[in-house]
Amino acid sequence: MQNPYLPYPVRIDEIITETEDKSLKTFKFVFLNPDDEKKFAYESGQFGELSIPGLGEIPIGIASSPMEKGFIKFTVFKTGKVTAYLHAMKEGDIMGVRGPLGHPFPWKTLEGKNIVIIGGGFAFTTLRSSIISILDPANRSKFKDIHVIYGARSPGMLLYKDEVTAWAEREDINMNITVDGTDDPAWKYLTGFVPTITEQKAPPGNDDTYAIVCGPPIMIKFTQPVLDNLGYSHDNILMSLENRMKCGIGICGRCNIGKKFVCKDGPVFTLSQLNQMPKEY
Amino acid sequence: MKLIKIDQQSWNTGIEKAKSAYRVFGPVKEKNDHEFKLLEPNEMPDVHCQNTRLSPKSIIYPQSQIMFTYSLDESKEDCRIMKEVENVKSPMAIIGVRPCDALAFPIVRKNFDTPEYQDTYWIKAYEATTFVGLACNNACGTCFCTSAGTGPFGEEGLDVLIIADGDDLYAKPITPKGESFIQTAGWTMKAEASIESRIEELKTSAESSVTSSVPTDQLKNKTTLELYDAPFWEQEAFSCINCGTCTYVCPTCWCFDVQDETHGKSGIRMRNWDSCMFPLFTNHASGHNPRNAKHERLRQRFMHKLKYYVDKYDNGIQCVGCGRCIRLCPVNIDIRKICDKMNNFDADSCVCEATSS
Repeated sequence: MQNPYLPYPVRIDEIITETEDKSLKTFKFVFLNPDDEKKFAYESGQFGELSIPGLGEIPIGIASSPMEKGFIKFTVFKTGKVTAYLHAMKEGDIMGVRGPLGHPFPWKTLEGKNIVIIGGGFAFTTLRSSIISILDPANRSKFKDIHVIYGARSPGMLLYKDEVTAWAEREDINMNITVDGTDDPAWKYLTGFVPTITEQKAPPGNDDTYAIVCGPPIMIKFTQPVLDNLGYSHDNILMSLENRMKCGIGICGRCNIGKKFVCKDGPVFTLSQLNQMPKEY
Repeated sequence: MKLIKIDQQSWNTGIEKAKSAYRVFGPVKEKNDHEFKLLEPNEMPDVHCQNTRLSPKSIIYPQSQIMFTYSLDESKEDCRIMKEVENVKSPMAIIGVRPCDALAFPIVRKNFDTPEYQDTYWIKAYEATTFVGLACNNACGTCFCTSAGTGPFGEEGLDVLIIADGDDLYAKPITPKGESFIQTAGWTMKAEASIESRIEELKTSAESSVTSSVPTDQLKNKTTLELYDAPFWEQEAFSCINCGTCTYVCPTCWCFDVQDETHGKSGIRMRNWDSCMFPLFTNHASGHNPRNAKHERLRQRFMHKLKYYVDKYDNGIQCVGCGRCIRLCPVNIDIRKICDKMNNFDADSCVCEATSS
């Protein structure tokens, strides 16, 4: 019997400060035991529990893609006890990771489909993972048109800036980068809130088009009617939820929404599923 | 039915013999109540105990349990690497488990032993344990086991059932584990055939002493959202002080928290029973809380036991009818009453329900 609570030991290989306010950092981890990397076989949309002895564990979406080998990446917003400590840690420090946990985005279902990825703020992490996976030469032909609408408060708050701006130059992905507002005359992308940009840029909904929506509650609230107007069926709208978690494996009991656990049965749900569930998230 | 008769003398010697092969737990008197304790040499389980204040769940699932140890000493090679604590369980036997409490273990197992993940701590303790039950001849006023999938002579979750008829005890082996316990105890005297009808009599009389009947048959037919949105939750939660007593005394409540505790340069990662009655249980780091109001937390407890579990496992309700939460609730919240409201709830006539009360 394998102990599902035992973290794999990892070393912090690199720390990247993502945003100008320094509230978001990306941590690149390397497994101390190479075999553990094989055990941590994941797909985009899953999460892991970052484990710091003496502090505790935090559930964080996996920002790296399974197509990237030799490491895993997590982008962490500094907000509580564990994240604050993590932000103060140094490259070379040892900690733990458990996972992969939860269900990924339904990649088999998404094959042969158009995908519209709508992300806001720091919820873009598993979306980055997804885009890296989709754009990989081994995968790109499996999907039809890819649209991305990614919004941040300001240019300085964009995650993975080099990558997202490089994607904007590509032919095989339709990138729409937007900020709520900026006085930077050099800003050459869009300005406007995510729901507005979605209205302008997202393709109309049909059976062959899926929307993946990750963002703060306010963004989700105003994006949903836009997708309704565009004709997206609620079965074709995928969302990734967050709730307070401890075990991450559906046992400790706190992250449930009705009979579903966000950790084990989610974090990805269709809007149809969420419509049948209490709004406890 | 192969019944074994145990007289007082062989009961005492049998329990002592069992102690050489098992860590034997049983109900003993503690101040005004009974508690399950590891029995000392020559200490006997009290078979006249109506039931213990707390269920025996903590023997399998301790209220506080060390999962890992770690070192923060940078000079050590294993610094900041979690190490498993030794988790080898020697055989345990719990004597005097009432059938309601026994049924709780297979219910809780559905949470800890799943196809995807196995909780090694719970499973190892459970598998090392022989459950020696004690049939109830007289129910309490708060008992409703016969509405909760078992009864005073219920056998599910037990390895042996002990039946008391005055001073005479009879043992009914239920599983091979139970047979080997009986063998270890050296109980070999076959009961006379006539006792079977006597036991049927005791069983019938015990069942009729359970006066509460709580229908649960309609719970499955309601939709989650109609029960969730029912108008009675705020009113039911009005007196609740969110003390969590109901969850701690409940044999089927399984939720836990995980905490790290450091002393100097070494520490432990442990898990502690937690409660859906506490706001911190679900509070996000952002400050947002999906179950912020107390009625939302009370609703979670009852919806979990009487709706979510029912739908998820198709195994009845997540309640064994022991009545502890009813007896120990400081404000008299009664799961029987709430179950009744949920079972009878008609969303179409909910306006009448809300205004009439």
